[in-house]
Amino acid sequence: MENIIHITVVDREGKEHVLEAPTDMNMNMMELCKSYELPVEGTCGGMAMCASCHMYILSDHALPDRNDDEEAMLDQAFFVKSNSRLGCQLHLANEMNGLKVQLAEVSG
Amino acid sequence: MIETDIIIVGAGPCGLFTVFEAGLLKLRCHLIDALPQAGGQLTEIYPKKPIYDIPGFPEVLAGDLIDHLMKQAEPFKPGFTLGERCESFEKTDDGKFIVKTSRGTLHKAPVVAIAGGLGCFEPRKPPIGNIGQFEDKGIEYIVRDPNFYKGKRVIISGGGDSALDWSIFLANGVATEVTLIHRSKSFRGHPDSVQKVLDMSASGRIKLLTDAEVVGLNGSDNLESIEVDVQGEGKQTLATDHWLPLFGLSPKLGPLADWGLNIDKNSIEVNTFDYSTNVPGIYAIGDINTYPGKLKLILCGFHEATLMVQSAFKRIYPDKNYVLKYTTVNGVTGF
Repeated sequence: MENIIHITVVDREGKEHVLEAPTDMNMNMMELCKSYELPVEGTCGGMAMCASCHMYILSDHALPDRNDDEEAMLDQAFFVKSNSRLGCQLHLANEMNGLKVQLAEVSG
Repeated sequence: MIETDIIIVGAGPCGLFTVFEAGLLKLRCHLIDALPQAGGQLTEIYPKKPIYDIPGFPEVLAGDLIDHLMKQAEPFKPGFTLGERCESFEKTDDGKFIVKTSRGTLHKAPVVAIAGGLGCFEPRKPPIGNIGQFEDKGIEYIVRDPNFYKGKRVIISGGGDSALDWSIFLANGVATEVTLIHRSKSFRGHPDSVQKVLDMSASGRIKLLTDAEVVGLNGSDNLESIEVDVQGEGKQTLATDHWLPLFGLSPKLGPLADWGLNIDKNSIEVNTFDYSTNVPGIYAIGDINTYPGKLKLILCGFHEATLMVQSAFKRIYPDKNYVLKYTTVNGVTGF
């Protein structure tokens, strides 16, 4: 189907979930995970303020660069790696078909 | 003791609109907020961001929405206790609640409405197993009194403004030794502060460790040393009197978590009939509550506030028959 892509999310227990994701609903990865009831809190509501949607990009998709808000938040978050992103800042797009991400550990 | 009909915990959009809806029913409100001004995250975090999903406003700046809500609430003369965090509550013999703040201010009312949004903003704590053991025994997340560090060895972690500013301040004749540890080479703070830190590092007044992270804490009673993992160099142990992890703030439920309310994933469970919690007389509305189908949207919080005050009215005046008021018929009559 057009405007439907598939994204694999590895949860914190290592279990893989293949999610069907619409790209024409203006959704981001945080919202997608929440709608599938994966353990992503999205406490701040997508403002790049809490890092509760911190995830690692496992596949080699070319994603838009981090913006200033995301950089600033990741600078203060924990368990940050070079492939860290905030799900709330990753807007679903057709180019993301086949993307694989892993949820980062959560901490205080 | 401040007495009112409804104590509203949180002066964000939802709390402010509660004042209006309660006012239509002749109920008085008093708002308590940990922040020094009303508006919650809208004024504190994103006053200049546009919001597009407020009915009737194709686009409104968050700060302007708060100004409008304050104006809408104004006829009902709400009271405010600002800059004080709600700490605890107790029930009185006459079925009322006494809410106490961090500064000891007491508020009394038959109804408490928790409109706490994301909760309180608390320091983000690094995930090191024994960190709790040294809190206030060498580890502080906030600098309360800089003189406390006079003549001490201080290590600061973080790359934002507070880490940079306190490094500069404490290295200027307060602490005997200041080390700044940051996990990358670039700093996100103000460029002037970054330059100052680099200059002070060059002159030896600040010891700078970049691409480094604190991974371990040692000490018997008080903190005595920390272990730092430096990229490419491995671990090293640094003796210190204090470690200040300054990683900003993150939203937490805070003391409300201990109020005996049913909590699910950092949110307060409510009955969608009237947004009541498991404690009769205490309601939770807006982003802080949860129920099947919950959406964390300002407009949903407005709806919840409106239904909640009807239930609050019945609790306060069980013998009175409440009549729904249409503002189009009678307008708004303030106090």
